[in-house]
Amino acid sequence: MNELTEISANITDYLAEQENKGFLRFITCGSVDDGKSTLIGRLLFDTKLIFEDQLAALARDSKKHGTLGDDIDFALLVDGLEAEREQGITIDVAYRFFATDKRKFIVADTPGHEQYTRNMATGASTADLAVILIDARKGVLTQTRRHSFIVSLLGIRHVVVAVNKMDLVDYSEERFREIEAAYRAFGETFDFETLEIVPVSALKGDNIIERSPAMPWYQGMSLLDHLNTVEIGSDEAERPFRMPVQWVNRPNLDFRGYCGTVVSGTVRPGDKVVIAKSGRATEISRIASMDGDLEEAVSGDSITLLLKDEVDISRGDVICASDSRAEVADQFSAHLIWMNDEALYPGRPYLLKTGTQTVTATVTELKHKIDVNSFEHLAAKEMHLNEVAFCNLSLSSPIAFDPYETNREMGSFILIDRFTNQTVGAGVIWYALRRASNIHLQALDVDKTAHADLKGQKPAVLWFTGLSGAGKSTIANLVEKKLHARGRHTYLLDGDNVRHGLNRDLGFTEADRVENIRRVGEVSKLFVDAGLITLVSFISPFRAERQMARNLVEDDEFIEIYVSTPLAVAEERDPKGLYRKARDGQLKNFTGIDSPYEEPENAQLVLDTVGSDADVLADQVVRYLEDNGYIGR
Amino acid sequence: MPQRRSHLKRLEAESIRIIREVAAEMKKPVMLYSIGKDSSVMLHLARKAFYPAPPPFPLMHVDTTWKFREMIEFRDRMAAEAGMELIVHTNLQGKADNINPFDHGSSYYTQVMKTDALKQALDMHRFDAAFGGARRDEEKSRAKERIFSFRTAAHAWDPKNQRPELWSIYNTRVKQGESIRVFPLSNWTELDIWQYILAENIPIVPLYFADHRPVVERDGTIIMVDDERMPLKDGESPEMRLVRFRTLGCYPLTGAVESGANTLEEIVEEMLIARTSERSGRMIDHDDSASMEKKKREGYF
Repeated sequence: MNELTEISANITDYLAEQENKGFLRFITCGSVDDGKSTLIGRLLFDTKLIFEDQLAALARDSKKHGTLGDDIDFALLVDGLEAEREQGITIDVAYRFFATDKRKFIVADTPGHEQYTRNMATGASTADLAVILIDARKGVLTQTRRHSFIVSLLGIRHVVVAVNKMDLVDYSEERFREIEAAYRAFGETFDFETLEIVPVSALKGDNIIERSPAMPWYQGMSLLDHLNTVEIGSDEAERPFRMPVQWVNRPNLDFRGYCGTVVSGTVRPGDKVVIAKSGRATEISRIASMDGDLEEAVSGDSITLLLKDEVDISRGDVICASDSRAEVADQFSAHLIWMNDEALYPGRPYLLKTGTQTVTATVTELKHKIDVNSFEHLAAKEMHLNEVAFCNLSLSSPIAFDPYETNREMGSFILIDRFTNQTVGAGVIWYALRRASNIHLQALDVDKTAHADLKGQKPAVLWFTGLSGAGKSTIANLVEKKLHARGRHTYLLDGDNVRHGLNRDLGFTEADRVENIRRVGEVSKLFVDAGLITLVSFISPFRAERQMARNLVEDDEFIEIYVSTPLAVAEERDPKGLYRKARDGQLKNFTGIDSPYEEPENAQLVLDTVGSDADVLADQVVRYLEDNGYIGR
Repeated sequence: MPQRRSHLKRLEAESIRIIREVAAEMKKPVMLYSIGKDSSVMLHLARKAFYPAPPPFPLMHVDTTWKFREMIEFRDRMAAEAGMELIVHTNLQGKADNINPFDHGSSYYTQVMKTDALKQALDMHRFDAAFGGARRDEEKSRAKERIFSFRTAAHAWDPKNQRPELWSIYNTRVKQGESIRVFPLSNWTELDIWQYILAENIPIVPLYFADHRPVVERDGTIIMVDDERMPLKDGESPEMRLVRFRTLGCYPLTGAVESGANTLEEIVEEMLIARTSERSGRMIDHDDSASMEKKKREGYF
């Protein structure tokens, strides 16, 4: 521990020694007042990683925010955000660094509150070990179960349970054994590779660095001794070679390098490799680097590969060992953690990023939610913030992956909201769904072009969106009449009418609204395929669903028409008396009143209904179709 | 994580991966180059990431006009050696108003000549990503920051609402005007930086090494008189002392330490027995424990 003051005379030797130290990333988690931050503060302090000026600042802060009177409050050392210091809680994960004479450590201090579960998952995703704190006075709580579950879900195989505040239960062995038994009773189900349970007092330093004389009955290792010696099995270098291509380096015609980080396995010049998605095979010719060519690269290295043959490879491809390719699929089952305030609905499209691949993804089926406190499986139609569910996902195009269990890097993904760009979910892949590959699309001889040619028009979806009472149906109706009069082939899908038939089983919850639009989108797609100019008049308040409908057809086959009317005007018109009912509370989730309308950002046409006649606006739509070649003049 | 690679190799690989991800996914990235040791390491890593090509983005230095002269010379030399475009930006309004650390105080001066200047430069060039050399071990609010740290169109950081950042999957999506600050050295410690400089023989500004330099002492801080613009107080006269710098910034705001260390080995040794953290040489951090968080929320790096 005193390495800093006993630096050997030869600094070069010392540095070489530093180089060869082991390395461990771990997280600490526990409930609100279990003392996580105090524990980390204690580790930093006792391993001499706190400097004098930081200590002085700490003493100042302890007087201001601390909860320990004049004693130094170590928690203030890690709770770095003003809001955290004021509220005395940890909100976001903090990364801290310390070293012993055996290992270097990165510790992620993660929040205990249920509403910050996503931040705990962030810390856990890069850790190899978890220290779960339990307050000796309180014993195993639901939070303890939740933390253990998240830790297990994210693939952490090593757990230390620190039963803290032993000083407050008079260092009672009986109390400790009771908690130990309670934890083991459910902890067993997670099948952790190692599970140690240590009685400690972070505040007093008992069993943190050295075994404490206050608990002679405890025969195990101190917390730090355990962290110093626990074997973190790492066979990634022995696993099949994988390197997702991150960047193609082409400085000149003679050099074409594929840059990326080896996520598993080992690679050497001469190795036979295959590109996961295309199946093209080749051989490694060189591993280039600024320090000269390398003879070998292993899991974790960021490298530049040169190949023997000219193979078409770009970012998002995965170079694999030729005798063990990654799986390729566009549908799979995964555990998902939802991290956004706005709920997840099956059918809504998100961006999915895994390794260097980004595709569009939708959850096609929520199999079940998991109660993170009781581990019960619950039926679910939607997912809310911090919930975990097992689900099926469907992608816009196939990705290369391995199950998370066998490869953490190849089996993990995040979901990104396409409009807010927020990271809204994180998932771990279990297995590909085979059924996708068993349903082959039937190729039809009379295709879309044939249908359209016969009608002498270019089919498209005219998607009218806007508030209830904005005038969508009125305008769509006029447009159809005008097109019909000109001998064009059309069909009008009206929101209210469809809800009487195809969608009569759907209500007005967000989940049902998503499904409502999905079905209408699919029907429009079929009509476009049949060569029709399809008019859709739906409130369709959410950008995500309109985007989903757009994605079903070709780019130039979707014309978004925003019928723009201020809420006050629409409410005054109120042709069906719906606003009045909504205001009276008889109608729930009414767009504009207690459910939002998200204005289009890139509509092809915006029709301003205030001060314009519906007939004039309809002509505007027809002109757009003429100008863009959908119909002849 | 494999245990077969040394600690430094692992850090190097992680940083290179981060740098490449930005080049691959962002439209117009830039590397903030502050000329200090961390910037030197970051530049070295960028060169490794794209070798044999030069890094596919420019370097940018926000020049407050109060940097040490030796830093400026070093900056120009390194950019040329890396084959990278160098953008130097100064807040011209601030310069015209003669905003300086002596008359206006370190806080206001930093706001105008560093934070505002940086925002001006990022807006002017429409950069959507900017690399910075900050490390999580430097300061409490930095320990909380993501590697890919989202900024609004006004360059503001919202520490309570950061994007979750899992595994090594980085969300790089931004809308027009928004940007991401990227910190490839997040997981390095001060010791790692020095060890790496030593191992890779990375050039650093000579001010890090001990030399006899003209200094004055104010409130216990040793300030180098780098040019004639520094107003001397009554009875103050610069004296030559053997000093060096643990961190580099604007010379009137950077405290020197008395030291005879003039090799990298001696610097590392001195650092290992030091009992004061490196940022204590920077005056802007002293005001309040939360001052860094506040500055960062306003757009400071």
